[in-house]
Amino acid sequence: MASNQLTGAEILLKALVDQGVDEIFGYPGGAVLPIYDVLFQQNAIRHILVRQEAGAVHAAEGYARSTGKVGVVLVTSGPGATNSVTGLTDALMDSIPVVCITGQVPTHLIGNDAFQECDTTGITRPCTKHNYLVKNVNDLARIVHEAFHVARSGRPGPVVIDLPKDMAIASGTYVPPNRVGHKSYAPKVKGDLDAIKRAVELMAGAKKPIFYCGGGVINSGPAASKLLTQFVRTTGFPCTLTLMGLGAFPASDPQFLGMLGMHGTYEANLAMNQCDVMICIGARFDDRITGKLAAFSPGSKKIHVDIDQSSINKNVRVDVPIVGDVGHVLEDMIKVWKSSQAKPDQNALKAWWKQIDQWRARDCLKYQQKGDIIKPQYAIQRLYEATKHLDDVYITTEVGQHQMWAAQFYGFEKPNHWMTSGGLGTMGYGLPAAMGVQIAHPDALVIDIAGEASILMNIQEMSTIAQYRLPVKAFILNNEYMGMVRQWQELLHGGRYAESYMASLPDFVKLAESFGAVGLRAEKPGEVDDVIAEMLKCDKAVIADIKVDKKENCFPMIPSGSAHNEMLLGPGDEAEKPVNEDGMVLV
Amino acid sequence: MNVTTTATTNRHTIAVLVDNEPGVLARVIGLFSGRGYNIESLTVAEVKAVENLSRITIVTSGTPMVIEQIKAQLSRLVPVHKVSDLTLEGPAVERELALVKVAGKGDKRVESLRIADIFRARVLDSTNESFVFEIVGDTGKLDAFIRLMQPLGLVDVSRTGVVAIARGAEAL
Ligand SMILES: Cc1cc2nc3c(=O)[nH]c(=O)nc-3n(C[C@H](O)[C@H](O)[C@H](O)COP(=O)(O)OP(=O)(O)OC[C@H]3O[C@@H](n4cnc5c(N)ncnc54)[C@H](O)[C@@H]3O)c2cc1C
Ligand SMILES: Cc1ncc(C[n+]2csc(CCOP(=O)(O)OP(=O)(O)O)c2C)c(N)n1
Ligand SMILES: [Mg+2]
Repeated sequence: MASNQLTGAEILLKALVDQGVDEIFGYPGGAVLPIYDVLFQQNAIRHILVRQEAGAVHAAEGYARSTGKVGVVLVTSGPGATNSVTGLTDALMDSIPVVCITGQVPTHLIGNDAFQECDTTGITRPCTKHNYLVKNVNDLARIVHEAFHVARSGRPGPVVIDLPKDMAIASGTYVPPNRVGHKSYAPKVKGDLDAIKRAVELMAGAKKPIFYCGGGVINSGPAASKLLTQFVRTTGFPCTLTLMGLGAFPASDPQFLGMLGMHGTYEANLAMNQCDVMICIGARFDDRITGKLAAFSPGSKKIHVDIDQSSINKNVRVDVPIVGDVGHVLEDMIKVWKSSQAKPDQNALKAWWKQIDQWRARDCLKYQQKGDIIKPQYAIQRLYEATKHLDDVYITTEVGQHQMWAAQFYGFEKPNHWMTSGGLGTMGYGLPAAMGVQIAHPDALVIDIAGEASILMNIQEMSTIAQYRLPVKAFILNNEYMGMVRQWQELLHGGRYAESYMASLPDFVKLAESFGAVGLRAEKPGEVDDVIAEMLKCDKAVIADIKVDKKENCFPMIPSGSAHNEMLLGPGDEAEKPVNEDGMVLV
Repeated sequence: MNVTTTATTNRHTIAVLVDNEPGVLARVIGLFSGRGYNIESLTVAEVKAVENLSRITIVTSGTPMVIEQIKAQLSRLVPVHKVSDLTLEGPAVERELALVKVAGKGDKRVESLRIADIFRARVLDSTNESFVFEIVGDTGKLDAFIRLMQPLGLVDVSRTGVVAIARGAEAL
């Protein structure tokens, strides 16, 4: 072998190191053994052995979202690849940068229904930003570098590299990252200055403006959140965030109206409904936000900043589209705002805030903690109170009511500290995501706010958590129901709770112990604080089983297909505002 | 206005320049099927061997908002270099080629030949009881020709789908 020749597996590892990869999440199998053999003989990259490939991808997502780096996954062919499909789709929907290397049967067997063969590039084409099948070992280094570039630039997303086993063994030449450009892929980061000027003009003339911002601000990096915060404060306008955007603007700021959308606050949704200028930054007018499209903010002029042209005018027509990166566009916008000495009508703004304060006075998130049963909202509020002074707290969630309560009751002051599955809504996301976050931030407090049903979907990762001694805390709001499903059945299906009761649940305390973790339980409101305190004191992994009200529903709620001003604010509202037939078919 | 349910549907011819690599056609077709867009016709062939580029011509239809989405979605595929809406971006010429087999004897056979002549179709193959015509034109012309051949013994049709190019000196 010539001296500058490396095997495919060596080229792969060298390329990963050159891309700044420290950790990868994976699971071995026949098609990737040559790669594992090279991994075994080096120290630059740490491999985290998960217990199921879905866990690997979610861990990589948590790692990526909490660091801004690309999360990396290594799985085998066939079942290894198919098990990662949910995670890849999740990362695509939520714009999370992930590179997933899948083993493949050797080139000469592709198409033969060989053992553990599947058409990985075919299966993952619709659930990745891009994918590659390596057919020549000399292309491998370029492909890896390109994959990282595609995953993290523009609108981030997952990229798959399908690597046949013979390619991992064959020898070829390595090329370093800086020699790799791209012929066709070149996302636009600077926004059009004329459009930015028009946006500023609209904003300066606004009487009832609102900032509606989302995950794109987080994707753009922490500096973008700082710019956003600065700009919102300069303008004095109200600001609301999507589920994916939480942390992009400080929750404690008086200008923050809370989350908007289906389970957003009364004030945020009504302000969206009534505003005259909407400044959408890095959010995608998702159906959880707009509700009934025809009634979505009918009287407003809309500005939309997004790096992905296809997000613009997809669901909602906007007046001033600006294609570019949030950070870059905000920088220019602030400059233009300052140089034009924009001065919005202060009386109008005052009146607008007065109106907003009236909406706020409805106190839409209020609940009553009385009697012997723990309210789920109370549990999260106590968790927040007990941890908000800490510097580095990361919250992940599963999917369901607990996720919404976490979004409503846990205040996020900075970006990258909140990881949740928004677009795909993947139950089983939270525990492996927390694991990935903890790997990236070994000394931080990482809590998975979980539902008892969701956490069972990837509970096997407790074993990974044990192996790497990760002090991840699972805070389960145990209502013994698929609560979110039960809530919809109550609202839309006459209270016929088909298959939403969680029978035969494990004893979560014993379950924790069996994985070498600490199990705690709270059954009465008075026990909540103690359990939280004990959980925070513990330097091991903890499962805290918080037995909460089985009947509690998550409000406010805008039923699917309804308008923002048709919100249900509490249990009393359900009977009065029946859901229409159009809404019944929606999810 | 937020909803476009009332907007009218138009036919658009879109030219896409792509890297000629495995899977690129699947990406384009998957995009259309996955997002529920129409494909009326799709053609693809390598056009620049040195740069390894292929050109895809897609005829689709949709409301203005859907057409805008289609173009944006195509543009963000990694191997796509350029997307051009030939219907919107000034005048363009469109051509399609069809091979049309007509079998028959006697008057019908003579009549088919006569119509082929009017349409400037060429005879590529003939036997005692059949012709294969080659006809070039826009989609409407081909449709009309095929319709006229129907009662005269039409047995088989093969069409290329539309290729199109902008008028004038500019390249895609
Ligand atoms: C049970 C459940 C209930 C839910 N209820 C709600 C709810 O009540 N409210 C709510 O808000 N969500 C809710 N969601 C989440 C919802 O489904 C969507 O995931 C979420 O609203 C999308 O957030 P986003 O608009 O910020 O977009 P994201 O999915 O975060 O997309 C980001 C956007 O920013 C763009 N972008 C990315 N990077 C950049 C950059 N650098 N510069 C510029 N633009 C960039 C992208 O192109 C994209 O358009 C719920 C989810 C679940 C599972
Ligand atoms: C993988 C997957 N399957 C099904 C669903 C549909 N679903 C959404 S929420 C939910 C129930 C979640 O129950 P739990 O984790 O206990 O949370 P709760 O709503 O009770 O807080 C289900 C089944 C989903 N989101 N993901
Ligand atoms: Mg539950």
